[in-house]
Amino acid sequence: MEAASLNGVKVSKERDRTDRRVELLLGALASTILLLIAGMVIFVFLKGLPSFTHNGLAWFGSGGNVDDQLMNIFNSPANPDDYVYELRAWPLLYATALITLSAVILSTIFSVLSAIFIVEFAPLSIRRVLEPVVRLLAAVPSVIYGLIGILVIVPWVHHHLISEDRKASVAYVIQLDGTSILVGILILFVMICPIMIAIIVDALRAVPTNWTQGAAALGVNRWRAMWTVSVRAARPAIVAAAVLASARALGEAIMLSMVAGSVGFAPNPLDGFTFFLEPARPLASTIVDNAEGLSVVPFGQTMYAFAAILLVSSAFLSFGGWYTRRRLSKYTLSAR
Amino acid sequence: MELKQDPQSTNGNRVTGEPGKAGGATVPPLRRIVIESETAPIHVSDAVLTPDAFQDPNAGVLIDQEAESVWVEQRMRTEALSIAYGGKVAVNEVSLEVNSGEVLALIGPSGCGKTTLLRSLNRLVELTPAAKRTGRIMLDGESVDDFDVTHLRSRVGMLFQQPNPFPMSIFDNVAYGLRERGSKRPRKKELEPIVVDALERAGLWDEVSNNLSHPALALSGGQQQRLCIARSLAVSPEVLLLDEPCSALDPISTAIIEETIVGLRSEVAIVIVTHNLQQASRVADRVAFMYLGDMVECGAAGQVFGAPAAERTKEYIGGGFG
Amino acid sequence: MTPPSVNPPLSAEEPAENPQPPKRRPVKVESSWSIMDRIGLGLAWAAGVTLCVIAGAIVIYMAYKGLQYVNWEMITTAPEASLDQSASGGFLDPILGTLLLTVIGILIAIPVGVAVAVWLTEYGRPSGLARAVESGVEIVAGTPSIVLAIFGLLIFQQSFMGLFSFTAEGGAVFGRSFITAGVMMSLVALPMVIGATREALNTIPRHVREASYALGKDKATTIRRVLLPSARSGIATGATLGMGRIAGDTAIVVILLGASMTITPEEGPGGLLRGTGSTLTSYVYNNSPAGEGNAPEKAYAAAFVLLLIVIVLNALVGLIGRRNKPQWN
Repeated sequence: MEAASLNGVKVSKERDRTDRRVELLLGALASTILLLIAGMVIFVFLKGLPSFTHNGLAWFGSGGNVDDQLMNIFNSPANPDDYVYELRAWPLLYATALITLSAVILSTIFSVLSAIFIVEFAPLSIRRVLEPVVRLLAAVPSVIYGLIGILVIVPWVHHHLISEDRKASVAYVIQLDGTSILVGILILFVMICPIMIAIIVDALRAVPTNWTQGAAALGVNRWRAMWTVSVRAARPAIVAAAVLASARALGEAIMLSMVAGSVGFAPNPLDGFTFFLEPARPLASTIVDNAEGLSVVPFGQTMYAFAAILLVSSAFLSFGGWYTRRRLSKYTLSAR
Repeated sequence: MELKQDPQSTNGNRVTGEPGKAGGATVPPLRRIVIESETAPIHVSDAVLTPDAFQDPNAGVLIDQEAESVWVEQRMRTEALSIAYGGKVAVNEVSLEVNSGEVLALIGPSGCGKTTLLRSLNRLVELTPAAKRTGRIMLDGESVDDFDVTHLRSRVGMLFQQPNPFPMSIFDNVAYGLRERGSKRPRKKELEPIVVDALERAGLWDEVSNNLSHPALALSGGQQQRLCIARSLAVSPEVLLLDEPCSALDPISTAIIEETIVGLRSEVAIVIVTHNLQQASRVADRVAFMYLGDMVECGAAGQVFGAPAAERTKEYIGGGFG
Repeated sequence: MTPPSVNPPLSAEEPAENPQPPKRRPVKVESSWSIMDRIGLGLAWAAGVTLCVIAGAIVIYMAYKGLQYVNWEMITTAPEASLDQSASGGFLDPILGTLLLTVIGILIAIPVGVAVAVWLTEYGRPSGLARAVESGVEIVAGTPSIVLAIFGLLIFQQSFMGLFSFTAEGGAVFGRSFITAGVMMSLVALPMVIGATREALNTIPRHVREASYALGKDKATTIRRVLLPSARSGIATGATLGMGRIAGDTAIVVILLGASMTITPEEGPGGLLRGTGSTLTSYVYNNSPAGEGNAPEKAYAAAFVLLLIVIVLNALVGLIGRRNKPQWN
């Protein structure tokens, strides 16, 4: 059949061909993006591999001062055979896990309670102001949180919580100057709460009024109804919010570099309260602090090894969140 | 009420009544009529007067109320109750009695305040921010404002138009009201007999007895609504408010639920809001007709349907509007 | 807890000859809130009040410090290299840098994002590929920007990428420039654009597409003439959210923008894009005790301006969403 054109409207065969072409074009573009992303992931892993292979499983262990080790790697001789790779990254991994987990756990509890307050118990005037402010706070750049942290919170901690005695007690291992995991966790907590609260508030509001009114009609008080029906129905959203917050916390480099200390130190829980006042530096901050050294080959490879760990952790988080949400949705059929 | 098949009668079956137990192996009477003998003509009892439109033998099953006596006692009462939403009056100076032992049907066209009136009886209308209520509502002689609203709602239960079982198992749904009141959480063993009993009274037990931990949302619409009935019954209410409970259901489920309602009326005072005049005539002992917020007429079902006093009632029942 | 009273149901054997009055329950006037409920309520209130206090403190403190230090001169003067940072120069260049970077990033992200979103919603075959693309976008969304930054450095320091930045005499490609940072920034904004566009396209009911096909239009024309215009507000929302994220990102700037105080274009064509500079975020970082400048006043002032930009962008998102929401009945 001839591909004739009637009034500018293409007749079937040619129309199919144009459609096909557009589809292939768009598909090619999407595939290219996919290849780039996959390429990024693979590249990062490949670049970081030498660091892992030279250290084996001991890479994840502890032993010696990680900053000294990084310095040695940076100062490796130029001869590829003499590259120094030795690294025991435990202090950095420990700091990352400690800061991220603490902030996320605290934030989840606080965000659920705050969301309950906003949705159910807050007076209307407070609610009207609080909600836009919370959404605004979710968009504030992390460097601003870092600024307030380093100019206000850190000096306060230094003055009021770190006495000379305390400093002396740990002076043989570490200097205490206010930058600490306490401030890091605190500011990270403030940073990730708003987005969690926004997500959970939306989820609580989305619970069908059928259920909330049904619970009320059974003679259940407001708190119980909210907790046993709405919060329970919002569990997948809470998990999603926690995963999102964890991803943000894991990747937070700048703010933590500013307030949690720039030392690759593993805080010691046996120090009691001083444990919270000791500085630490998670993986992301380590990369940022050492970014100039990327051109030195073994150093760059070590940094990429850190990046690889971050990528794997994010992927694990996403998968874990997806799996948990599926389990939680067992009783909810897609009636909506 | 028991359904007796009159073997000599060639005209059909005489219906006298008994609230059959909905559980057990035998198919309950109403269900049998609706499912199995769709075309069998059904003799209408003389004891219930009906307008001409209802004398069609195929129109439905009418329930003879002379064969049983039920204790009737006033449970709730409204005195000059008015409810307005932001200036617009939804219920206007309505005085009404709700008695245990009988079913009170609120009928009327859409938007005439039936649902608002119903929802004020368990103070659920307070959940709407703009609602204002004046007048008194009494439960057993005490004004409902005087006591704790959650306590009120555990004594005055409600069923909604759309079945709304929680996203939990069947057992957890029925046990919900019992678990979530008071500080001591009763153990599963204590709850089991109550749950089973509630499911039996709601007419759902035989269908779900094999697996009580099945998700409630996997049940059919009619089953879900009966589950909601069981859930309300588990907390032993004294009054049960039904807001068009069958409007979203198929005829078979509707019949089962109507039968359950009639069976419950001796223990619980029942108020049912319905659009469906036939349904009202099937289940109601007393009928209240509302029009645009006013209570136009209230009386025995036979009287309101058979010989309505108000002109408007006559028009509505005759199908003139609505 | 007293066991609830249960009235036995009527059975066929007892035809209600002596009907019993239903048992009455005593009226309970005191509250039905258990101690756990009260604790829960108290915690919710405590959380709410704490949230108000923290939110208020941040907003008020930033406003106070910002207004204290910001002035018109700072916004319009370029930074100066001087020993006493706290008294010299302003941050005009960082402002321009932020704007330039945001524009570059979003100009790349919008066409790519819309194209990918259209492919995902309207075509999406083979489905394995579509799912892979979706996973890929999610990976990017979850990747910390620091990882994107060093990856960007990795790529753009290769010799064949030399045209995107400055090449030193020894042949080492600098790899840091507005365009390299802009490309990585587009990755930051991409998931938002894709997500918002997909949502907007999915809201369009099927009958709209079917009507267009019935008129004889092919799929491509339908997309171009019918679907995308209706999805405009969704795309705009995604783009604005993406711009907010770009404007607020520091890690990529610190690593990929070359950290020169003023905007320094390169010679040759496209010099500005290949040049280096700074943005408000890196400026705040550098002027804080964590960086070199140690001029907290300017850091506060720049942070305040940055905050204003972010507020405006977010307000825009709300406005766009509300005004142009297409109504489908």
